[in-house]
Amino acid sequence: MEKVYITGIGQVAVGEHWDQSLAALSSKAIRAALKDAGDPQPEIVYIGNFLASSISHQANLGALVCDAAGLHGLEGTTVEAGEASGAAALHMGYLAITSNMADCVVVVGLEKMTDMVGDEIEAFAAQSGDTDFEGMQGLTPNGMAGLLMQRYLDQYHAPCESFASFPITAHANGVNNPFAMYRKNVDLDSYGKAPMVSVPLSLYDVPTFADGAAALVLVNRKLLRDGQKAVLISASEIATDTLAVHDRADPLAFDAVHISTTKALEKAKLTRDCLDLFECWDTPSIYGMLSLEAGGFAERGRGWQFATLDNLALTGRLPVATLGGIKAHGFAPGAAGAYQVLDAVQQLRGEAGRNQIASAQVAMTQAISGAAASVITHILRKM
Amino acid sequence: MEIPRHWRLQKQRLALVGEVCPHCQAKIFPARDVCPECGGEAKTAFKFSGKGEVYSFTTLHSVPAGFEENAPYTVALVKLDEGPIITAQLTDVGEREVKIGTPVEMVTRRIRQDGDERGMLIYGYKFRPVLRMS
Ligand SMILES: [Zn+2]
Repeated sequence: MEKVYITGIGQVAVGEHWDQSLAALSSKAIRAALKDAGDPQPEIVYIGNFLASSISHQANLGALVCDAAGLHGLEGTTVEAGEASGAAALHMGYLAITSNMADCVVVVGLEKMTDMVGDEIEAFAAQSGDTDFEGMQGLTPNGMAGLLMQRYLDQYHAPCESFASFPITAHANGVNNPFAMYRKNVDLDSYGKAPMVSVPLSLYDVPTFADGAAALVLVNRKLLRDGQKAVLISASEIATDTLAVHDRADPLAFDAVHISTTKALEKAKLTRDCLDLFECWDTPSIYGMLSLEAGGFAERGRGWQFATLDNLALTGRLPVATLGGIKAHGFAPGAAGAYQVLDAVQQLRGEAGRNQIASAQVAMTQAISGAAASVITHILRKM
Repeated sequence: MEIPRHWRLQKQRLALVGEVCPHCQAKIFPARDVCPECGGEAKTAFKFSGKGEVYSFTTLHSVPAGFEENAPYTVALVKLDEGPIITAQLTDVGEREVKIGTPVEMVTRRIRQDGDERGMLIYGYKFRPVLRMS
């Protein structure tokens, strides 16, 4: 099996890019990533996208993106796994290189949320859940997170403030990231006063939709040049659960997180304490919490005791959201899984600036779609 | 217009008809023709009693298109007496306090309007707190 290296990254800052199309966003990110990689010749482009067909009424992104990025004639297709689409596209790129189908692949996570305004956006976002039996009852992704958080608080007698560690950490780390949408600190006081979105979930517990594009260049050993800053992909694992949460024996278990994390660690031949950072799905904050438990970082029902500001900080036991996470980056759904990997790559290259984790060697990233119906985990190593 | 889709789901939505597994007697909702408990084929129709209790709940203030007329509303995970959990809106709550464990029962209500004022009206199950006889 060929080894897979990330040699280039490129991104546009997540934000409300009213004046930029799907094509423009993707081409900027891809060109930046190719330049960063030393301009190799890619053979395939995988595009992670969730909502272009609904929001922009645009399908066939393979052709759109290759054309826009000046990659005429290349193989290009969309990979969809709800909000985890960016990570799913990376998985496909990983497969193409490990299977020796290609020497160089470009992966781009892409989402354009601002082509439409209003409550139709909420309905489209709900498509990552079960449309017939969840969406049709008026449930949205934030509503689903509210249901799980309510149950968690009741079942484990956890205080609401325990969830604040996720947004406070993400915002603190976003301050120094020029690509983050929010670059302001949040404290426990403002967390407690935030307006409710889906009781008991407040504004700081949920992501903010925006546009974004984040690209990666993958190569095999043959194309790796001496002295090139490269990051090895040690594992890429997708796991699924029931699409509807009500079909699960234990809705708080997040089985797909458990399966995907365990398999990834086994493939990489690593244990949890080898990880220098974990770009977890930090928002909704209840998903961050359940991921720590299902991933084996905290005991069931004890995540709220583990998820302290100290433990999650850059110098803590398990740093998360090290460049702002999804919360401070802003949430471009189909791109979020790719941004997570870009952040981890910057840490492993030693390019995270003031947020640099000292001698970071191994990072895990984890993208979640729906209520952890699909979970995609990557493990990355410094070369 | 999504008429075929709503027609397909009608029995489940209006009469809470799921399935019972002939092998292990597990009750299944929504119907899936394969038993999630034993993996056997399960196509025998089963009508649920519509009684259950709140497993969790949340109130949504920002709602999707088609649901505006009832906003804000409460959605619950309801654990049916026969076993399965389903997702449904709560209705007729009034001044009563909803908690995890509150007993609820099914009623039929308008769930959604498809499209504009001339759009299709969709009816289906919601749950209300059980009225206690004093
Ligand atoms: Zn059975």
